[in-house]
Amino acid sequence: MSDMLTAAFVTVFIATVISQAMPLMLAAVGETIGEQAGVLNLGIEGVMLIGAYTGFVVTLTTGDFWIGMLAGAVGGIVANLAMLVLNVWLGLNQIVIGLAVTLIGEGITSVLYLQNYTTSPTSLGAQPKLAIPGLGDIPVIGPSLFQQSGIFWVCIILILGLAFGLARTNWGLSTRSAGQKPSSLDAAGGNVMRTRSIAVLLSGALVGLGGAYLALLTTATFSPMLTNGLGFIAIVITMLSRGRILVVMITSLVYGLAVAIGPALQVIGFTVPADIIKMLPFIIVIVMLIVFARSSVVPPALGTPYTRGAR
Amino acid sequence: MTTTATSEVISLRGITKAFPGVIANDDVSLDILSGQVHCLLGENGAGKSTLISILAGMQQPDSGSVSIGGSVVDISSPKVAVDLGIGVVHQHSTLVPAFTVLENLMLGESGVMLDKKRATERLGELADLLGVEIDPHALTADLGLGQQQQVEIAKAMWKGSRLLVLDEPTSMLTPQAIEHLGESIERVKERGLAVVLITHKLREAYAMGDCVTILRAGRNVGHISVEELAAYSEQQAQDAILAAMFGDDLAAGGGADAVSDLEEAAELAGATAATREIPAIDFDSRPVRLELRDVSSKGGGRDIEAEGVSLTVREGEILGIAGIDGHGQGALSELVAGQRSASSGTVLFDGDDITRTGVRSRQQLGVRYVTDDRLHEGTVGSMSVALNLVIKRIGQAPFWRFGRIQPKAVDTEAVRLIDEYGIRTPSPATRAGTLSGGNIQKILLARELTNGARLVVVNKPTYGLDLKTVHLVRELLIDFAAGGGSVLLLSTDLDELIELSHRIEVISRGRLVGGVVNDGVGTAEKVGHYMTGAIEGTD
Repeated sequence: MSDMLTAAFVTVFIATVISQAMPLMLAAVGETIGEQAGVLNLGIEGVMLIGAYTGFVVTLTTGDFWIGMLAGAVGGIVANLAMLVLNVWLGLNQIVIGLAVTLIGEGITSVLYLQNYTTSPTSLGAQPKLAIPGLGDIPVIGPSLFQQSGIFWVCIILILGLAFGLARTNWGLSTRSAGQKPSSLDAAGGNVMRTRSIAVLLSGALVGLGGAYLALLTTATFSPMLTNGLGFIAIVITMLSRGRILVVMITSLVYGLAVAIGPALQVIGFTVPADIIKMLPFIIVIVMLIVFARSSVVPPALGTPYTRGAR
Repeated sequence: MTTTATSEVISLRGITKAFPGVIANDDVSLDILSGQVHCLLGENGAGKSTLISILAGMQQPDSGSVSIGGSVVDISSPKVAVDLGIGVVHQHSTLVPAFTVLENLMLGESGVMLDKKRATERLGELADLLGVEIDPHALTADLGLGQQQQVEIAKAMWKGSRLLVLDEPTSMLTPQAIEHLGESIERVKERGLAVVLITHKLREAYAMGDCVTILRAGRNVGHISVEELAAYSEQQAQDAILAAMFGDDLAAGGGADAVSDLEEAAELAGATAATREIPAIDFDSRPVRLELRDVSSKGGGRDIEAEGVSLTVREGEILGIAGIDGHGQGALSELVAGQRSASSGTVLFDGDDITRTGVRSRQQLGVRYVTDDRLHEGTVGSMSVALNLVIKRIGQAPFWRFGRIQPKAVDTEAVRLIDEYGIRTPSPATRAGTLSGGNIQKILLARELTNGARLVVVNKPTYGLDLKTVHLVRELLIDFAAGGGSVLLLSTDLDELIELSHRIEVISRGRLVGGVVNDGVGTAEKVGHYMTGAIEGTD
């Protein structure tokens, strides 16, 4: 059995963990930014699907993964416009609108896909790898981590940049205060509406990117309900991570690990029923919830529309 | 006026602001001069806070103008106010509890990066100016109220204010902290800033103010200029202010009545330090009504829990619990009412263990609770006044029979209570939510103090009420105790505690940290000492 733990095996394992973790990570970081600004986006599942579908269609049409990713982000922004207008500007119930966006996203992408691509499952093929000189030659870690697509690195840099921005810039401070106590931001001369609007659009872009990553790089195709609850897992991870983006990254990797471990066990020779393997990521999420749910802290103003002067 | 060439005037002219059903400001004009402390006096609801919201850019006046140094300005948003150098310390904290002091101060800065170095320097300058010490890296939620207020003042002056507005700054401070605040205001004034101090306490206006403007029902009803205030003795100033504050009411009293009314009004308006008038009673011989033995509470975990609380309340006694807001008062009152369970310790009522007794059974034993959240927890706004009056007796005859409500019985009871407690409502069928705060509080008291009440827990019973209702509520509690009832009074208003309580215990972070027998001499200082010692730690 130990001879199965070859370099090639570990390489594939690590690459799977990363490719499974990335869509979730992007979506959860997007959700984190929205929630930090006080906007709860329960429509994230729908927004991811819209991002995934637009990314898929554009990549198929143009043949360029980069443009596809960009289209995914734009799709996410457009989907989140509904949240922006109805929740932030008009102050409607964020839970109702969020669930509506999820249903719309699921429905519209399924219908469009079945309408246009039903005949044969379309694969996008593999995205060219970007081998980092030097690091890419390290055994095991080299091929798994340092020969990822350039898109992976752009996403990682984007996420780290946002983590830095939230903690160290005036934009980050304003965003966090909009979720903690919007009246404070208002009294300090900030603009609650603008801050929340930017956060919602940015959140949409990231969630859309997450969907596109899932379609373009993780599965290399699109199918109806592709996300399969990933958006809701992102919400859970966001709440457990208390706004700390590094924690979001780590928990996403744990999820990736849970997804990757099933096939790996089978390769090693453990005969685990396929049903159990499919359940594993969800079991891990449930266990995480049971263990950590008590420590989940959401921003006090989350889900509350802001009106000046109202207490 | 002592206007010198250098002093700048901020003029409000004809400010009018109406909200649905109420005119908050009616043609208010006043001048605020730099280097002066301008006191705005008036009852709750007199329009002080609205006027300040307009200066702060939170509200726009319906008509009227604000000008600075002669040129009219349009304060269309808080940002404009900040840029004009108008810094406001609101009555309700605008600090983010989860942020550090520095983060709170940097909020609203322009530029991309947070400049901690510059912010720390600026905080140092302002701390020197105010004569205070503030730890820039402390979490705001961990600071005592006095220190939070210092941070608020620093924030208001962050961009080099020309005007500092303090809205009811002393309402939750200990006597020591109030003194400290007075010194800070003095230093700010010497720097040439204009200060507007809003208060409803006369003695503060006299002690801290250079001139006084009195608002009543949204109108400017009196101004005492710098010269006049300086020339007046404290008594003369008081009389002048009271005459303006309560003008019509006092005049209506007439004759000998007017004198006692004036005294009463003076007392209400906090003209003098509160004192205990009722002679000390020897409570040791009276039976113990409520006893807590080392009780800790166990709640949802959002607010501070009571920890190891031991206390006794005897028959006819009012035990006051002093403390800064949010230090476990809610947990303690819910613990006694039965709404929150005890994780350890024993609760005894008339000698019987009621630790595991439910809310309803406790009510039937005579344990009652007047919550501080009178609008949400205390009443159901969408239900009628009558139903609200009997809502804690759901299912009991004669109001319910065979599971059906008996409107006639409910109405009869409601009319009786409405008369007895003077609840001003168009009819028993009026929705409770449409009444004023004072009348809603009367509904709560009518419900809780009658029908076999033996112990009542009251949490902040007069918070946000107008002076007349405040007076009435206090009378009701005193009468209740005089009739043999016991009162556990939780309040953040030290004057109220001293006026009503026989003994005062101080609560801090859920624990009782010290007790004082209220025998009239120096009680405020002693209580303040416990509060300060427990909360600020070192000083």
